[in-house]
Amino acid sequence: MTPSRRPPREPMPGPIEWLRENLFSSWGNAALTVLALAIIYWTVVPFVTWAIVDAAWTGTGRDDCLAYDGACWPFVMQRIGQIVYGFYDVGQRWRVDIALIVLAAGLAWLTLPRVPGKRPVGALMLTLYPVAAFFLLAGGMGLEHVPTTRWGGFMMTMIVAMTGIVASLPLGILLALGRRSDLPVVKGFSIAFIELWRGVPLVTVLFMAANMLPLFAGLSVNKVLSALIAVALFSAAYMAEVVRGGLAAIPKGQYEAANAMGLPYWQAMAFIILPQALRLALPNIVGNFIGLLKDTSLISIIGLFDLLGIVQAGSTDPEWAAPNTAMTGYVFVGVVFWAMCFSMSRYAKHMEGVLAAGERR
Amino acid sequence: MSANGAAVEVVGLNKWFKTFHALKDVSLSVGSGERVVICGPSGSGKSTLIRCINALERHEEGKVIVEGVELSDEVGQIEAVRRNVGMVFQQFNLFPHLTVLENCTLAPMWVKRIPKAKAEELAMQYLDRVHIPDQAKKYPGQLSGGQQQRVAIARALTMEPRIMLFDEPTSALDPEMIKEVLETMVELAETGMTMLCVTHEMGFARTVANRVVFMDHGEIVEVAPPQEFFTNPKSERTKEFLAQILH
Ligand SMILES: Nc1ncnc2c1ncn2[C@@H]1O[C@H](COP(=O)(O)OP(=O)(O)OP(=O)(O)O)[C@@H](O)[C@H]1O
Ligand SMILES: [Mg+2]
Repeated sequence: MTPSRRPPREPMPGPIEWLRENLFSSWGNAALTVLALAIIYWTVVPFVTWAIVDAAWTGTGRDDCLAYDGACWPFVMQRIGQIVYGFYDVGQRWRVDIALIVLAAGLAWLTLPRVPGKRPVGALMLTLYPVAAFFLLAGGMGLEHVPTTRWGGFMMTMIVAMTGIVASLPLGILLALGRRSDLPVVKGFSIAFIELWRGVPLVTVLFMAANMLPLFAGLSVNKVLSALIAVALFSAAYMAEVVRGGLAAIPKGQYEAANAMGLPYWQAMAFIILPQALRLALPNIVGNFIGLLKDTSLISIIGLFDLLGIVQAGSTDPEWAAPNTAMTGYVFVGVVFWAMCFSMSRYAKHMEGVLAAGERR
Repeated sequence: MSANGAAVEVVGLNKWFKTFHALKDVSLSVGSGERVVICGPSGSGKSTLIRCINALERHEEGKVIVEGVELSDEVGQIEAVRRNVGMVFQQFNLFPHLTVLENCTLAPMWVKRIPKAKAEELAMQYLDRVHIPDQAKKYPGQLSGGQQQRVAIARALTMEPRIMLFDEPTSALDPEMIKEVLETMVELAETGMTMLCVTHEMGFARTVANRVVFMDHGEIVEVAPPQEFFTNPKSERTKEFLAQILH
């Protein structure tokens, strides 16, 4: 092989030239630049003033915030325990800490590039971790029992979102495959399931699961459990449609080549069709995950307190009720949600690149 | 294997697409080690016929007997037949997310349960046979059309089938790549493989085929050894077709 030559490098533009080329190349462009700067100025400056300059930073109650025009950060700081753990017994919070730390470590292991052993760690996180985390959080086997009615806050948000994410993808894949099945019963069931769940708002589903079932069926159901099931099935229906889109984009020749080699159905799906379909559907799958994460706040409709619910409840507490308390809480929750959703979105973007590089069409 | 040694036997085959009668009373017997070229105008049912042989298309009437086993609806039986019948498609149909080597080893590993190392050894042997062992670690998208089709041939061969079906393997290729694929197929024919090829490459038919089958409108119009087929066609439709294709 001959050594490859690099293309000649363009000279780097100076900062002035860069500005002129990119922001002020024409009168129209210049006007847009100025307009954009103005919008940034009118939004960012007041926000920074409110959130930092005029904000209360220390204190123990509403009176400490009344004196300030800006955010009431002591509320978030004083209530951080509740925001993270809900009403989980203070002396037992270490159990939640362990569950969250192991979760974070597992996620980091699985997402950071060039870390070995992703397969075994992934398998453990999907099998052993949920069971272990359940017993750790709920108690039993020597640990003090903490009823699910005390669960809440960030911990609850993570439990609902993670269960939804982990359950909805495989269920959605099965439903999507079922919808394309040749077997009328399987196909009919899949279509009915998907269309039923997609046709009903999540709020209704949650409400029915928590209130109607006990009322009509006389079942006393655990609220957290029913919320978990409702969210998982609900998002599975959406996931099924996303996966179906990916499956539909796979050329018929791929199925035929797999069949012609004598690959049985499940192997053809597992090794040939699904890897390609899921890759195509990845942006939408992550979009669904993000939607699911944000939808977890709807569980407040059945009296469960997720991250948003607990902050909302706390801000109406007379101890803290001040003009800026609720706003501060919402901003804090918004930032936390945004950080989680944005990281998911960036990671998906990164994965798309990695997968595309592997395939090099 | 059936008593008369036929590798593939098609008897009174009828196939409909909805109301369209795509194959009309087609009968054809292909002996073990025989090489049959199928030609005919577009839409005459050539693809449909060979796709019935590995059950990619299901037929409504008649029999398809592969190595003595009559195709039924039973999944296990169809999969068993497909293990011994390799197929090469016009559009290659390689798996774009797998490397060339993985394309070849997948079916041997999962269908025949051959250990990975052994399957790779086998795949390399066949990639070598189609003259592209150096491309094993690449992805299909990085190869030329001719190379991709040769990978497709190697992929089918790695299953060590006794019968090979080709559906216009060179039609999607640029002229300069057709030759390399045809040469590979001639070499394969020399090993004594039973081959059914849908192709319009008449040079290939002349050198390799034991018999040429001409189809039109879902029927087999004429079957003859190449020499006779090209110099002394019997039916008018064959003459017309040959006049068109040979100018
Ligand atoms: N899946 C299908 N559904 C409906 N009609 C079909 C289908 N597949 C093939 N046909 C029809 O059956 C007839 C025979 O098709 P076939 O593909 O076997 O032709 P062919 O001889 O291979 O033609 P070509 O040289 O164009 O490949 C055509 O008229 C075609 O339109
Ligand atoms: Mg065809």
